[in-house]
Amino acid sequence: MQPGSGIRPASTDELVEALCRDARPLAVRGLGSKRAIGRSIDAEPLDLSALEGVVDYRPAELVLTARAGTRLAAIEALLAEHGQRLAFEPPDLGKLLGANGNGGGGTLGGVLAANLSGSRRISAGAARDHFLGVTAVDGRGALFRAGGKVVKNVTGYDLPKLLAGSWGTLAVMSEVTLKVVPSAETERTLILPDREPAAAVATLTAALGSAHEVSSAGFDPWRGSLLRLEGLKLSVAARAQALLRELGSPDVEILEGPASREAWSSLAGGEALAGWPVVWRISVPPADATRVLRAIEPERYLLDWGGGLILAAYDTVDAARVRSALGDGHALLLKAPADSRTCRLHPPGAAVGQALERVRDAFDPDRRLNPGRMD
Amino acid sequence: MICFPAPDSGLLAKRDAIVAGLRQLLPDTSVIAEPLRLKAYETDAFTAYRQTPLAVALPSTTAEVSRVLRFASEQGVNVVPRGAGTSLSGGAIPAADAIVVGLGKFNRILDIDYANRCVVAQSGVTNLALSHAVAERGFYYAPDPSSQIACTIGGNVAENSGGVHCLKYGLTTHNVLGVELVLPDGEVLRIGGRHLDSGHYDLLGLTVGSEGLIGIVTEVTVRILRRPQTARALLIGFAGIEDAGAAVAGIIAAGIIPAGMELMDRPAIHAAEDFVHAGYPLDVEALVIVELDGPEVEVDLLIERVSAMAERHGAVSCRASTSEAERLRFWAGRKAAFPAVGRISPDYFCMDGTIPRGELPRVLAAIGEMSERYGLRVANVFHAGDGNLHPLILYDANRPGELDKAEEFGNEILKLCVDAGGVLTGEHGVGIEKRDLMTYQFSEADLEQQHRVKRAFDPGLRFNPGKVFPSLHRCAEQGREHVHAGAARFPDLPRF
Repeated sequence: MQPGSGIRPASTDELVEALCRDARPLAVRGLGSKRAIGRSIDAEPLDLSALEGVVDYRPAELVLTARAGTRLAAIEALLAEHGQRLAFEPPDLGKLLGANGNGGGGTLGGVLAANLSGSRRISAGAARDHFLGVTAVDGRGALFRAGGKVVKNVTGYDLPKLLAGSWGTLAVMSEVTLKVVPSAETERTLILPDREPAAAVATLTAALGSAHEVSSAGFDPWRGSLLRLEGLKLSVAARAQALLRELGSPDVEILEGPASREAWSSLAGGEALAGWPVVWRISVPPADATRVLRAIEPERYLLDWGGGLILAAYDTVDAARVRSALGDGHALLLKAPADSRTCRLHPPGAAVGQALERVRDAFDPDRRLNPGRMD
Repeated sequence: MICFPAPDSGLLAKRDAIVAGLRQLLPDTSVIAEPLRLKAYETDAFTAYRQTPLAVALPSTTAEVSRVLRFASEQGVNVVPRGAGTSLSGGAIPAADAIVVGLGKFNRILDIDYANRCVVAQSGVTNLALSHAVAERGFYYAPDPSSQIACTIGGNVAENSGGVHCLKYGLTTHNVLGVELVLPDGEVLRIGGRHLDSGHYDLLGLTVGSEGLIGIVTEVTVRILRRPQTARALLIGFAGIEDAGAAVAGIIAAGIIPAGMELMDRPAIHAAEDFVHAGYPLDVEALVIVELDGPEVEVDLLIERVSAMAERHGAVSCRASTSEAERLRFWAGRKAAFPAVGRISPDYFCMDGTIPRGELPRVLAAIGEMSERYGLRVANVFHAGDGNLHPLILYDANRPGELDKAEEFGNEILKLCVDAGGVLTGEHGVGIEKRDLMTYQFSEADLEQQHRVKRAFDPGLRFNPGKVFPSLHRCAEQGREHVHAGAARFPDLPRF
């Protein structure tokens, strides 16, 4: 560890030491795959990429413990060897953010810190829902553990939930435990020829309200409405047939297996929006999607989560327009020029804002972890 | 013996003024202060302990809750939130120097929103009422704690309740989209909504399972799901409980996630069969109920696969339900197992530890050995699929010393769960019951971090005092008064 060129702890002890040595602000990072999200900050880098490796993985328990700096790709490869996967399907934003292949999907800790979930979010839950336990060091340098290594656990506060989506501003994760799930035997995507958002959201809503266990539902205006079915082969076949009958759509394109997977990773990764300098990730009640789209008029957009997630692309940042269009919801400025001063997270109301600040005080009273990155 | 924090004598002395103050904030009928009527609020479903509160407030609007909490804050009075009072860990047992704030009047469903697949309800609405409200369109609310006909969605949020089907469909925390939370100082927060993932610190995730220690939930938005097309159950008998545990672990390891997977041992099977005549085999040591749901072709295939797997693990009997009536009959015994055990023993304690599934055989064997050592019978009825144990320790509180012995036995089981890589509580909460064991699972630094979060919301530590955190200074002697033989609360509720 050399001062000046950043700190790179290789163990939990070294991480504690790094945080206790002085009170300097730190820019927490893994492989840098999401560095383009948030404002650039003037702080000494705390590089977690050496906190690496799987600590415990028992496939029969559907639980995996790894150091936070472990590459996501390595985790996914290991799980695949055992016929398992991360149910929340973390999206690879590399192409969208133009991170120059900088770490691809990044680290496991980074995925959790951003609470980024892919298209299966609506049926399988978010990253936060699979985050069972954590060892972390807070802004004071205090080491703590929370949660556990079993799926069903209500012992004490659910601090892993707080760290999920905290963008490294509460504590630095050293080791994380996740729930993993068996991979589906097969998957199939049905593409219906919708072109307008209102028709598409109607299709997605009908599909998700059916009994056919649609696991993902999205829309690309250049392609159509996408519906994914996963599971045992004969079950997928039966459900696909029943679903199409119910939707009454005559003209359907079908993607099987790898082509289906590719379609969803491209959608969740926002690949079609890679050419735009500004991209918002907007979470809304699905039934609001059409109204919001009309109000924010993006240059290009994609819908996921049955309409509940809008990826909206622009040439410039117009935060007032996007944010004023929302009722219930949240607009994250996912991609913007580094010098854009716009706050990345959706401004909370006053009362919630105060509660959030008090939570931050409880972990990082001096605001030394990723200060200003998401504010 | 579980101790309560010694009540603040200053608050006890101010009781009349506090009651008078509440009566200025709420209609007369919404404040209870008469000793006889307060008795109804002395305990919850953790009936071995009880405390009479200073007063009970029954607000009917969020504004009233806010006013009551602001008043309590100004007066420095403790507050104990209460839903239906079905907590099995003493989460709703009052403190002697506290106002109980009951949410019984928050009983309206506010919106059924099929387009966004969610329901917005006041926090006092029962769990089952949510499912009933959307049944006509084939939807339901997935988490199904066994007390679901009585327990409230607000209580479910406080405890992060589970149930048989959370193996496949998740706990409360995975099915709640938003809450309205009134903080201890009366401030009202709207957290989440009909959308997913707020983007800020996950205050929703923190609120779920916070056991009434950071505020009072007045409104909840839950997601609803379409009912599966079909459901069938398997009733599988084993000659040894270890075989049964291994079969359960094997089914999950094979990549099958059943809708529910429950295990009962011989004492529980016999008690249940005597009680409800579900047709359980009586010549087996363990019975596993596996429920599979989904499209018919899938369910039929999985029934075959699980049957074959059970056979490989030495099952001595295996029956698949062939009708909805038969499936419900399979469940009838399981659902009645707690009251059934109540018939064969004057009293019992229900434990709630979770362990890695692979540890089931070893831990069950160890519990058997402890049972002999303590000279107390145990019936095992539990959510085997997710390793969530519910050993029921049978005892008779009328025998001097037996309650203490039963508590000690229970503590030893929970420590064993932690030693096996598990946790103290899978779904019932810490409450007062497991509070003093928290230091066994967590270090002082771990607990301090949780406590800092608590103080961020409740700096005066007035909310649900004496629960979850083992920070006792002095011990009050009152508190334990046993409820015995049939006098248990809600004896007619099924318990899982």
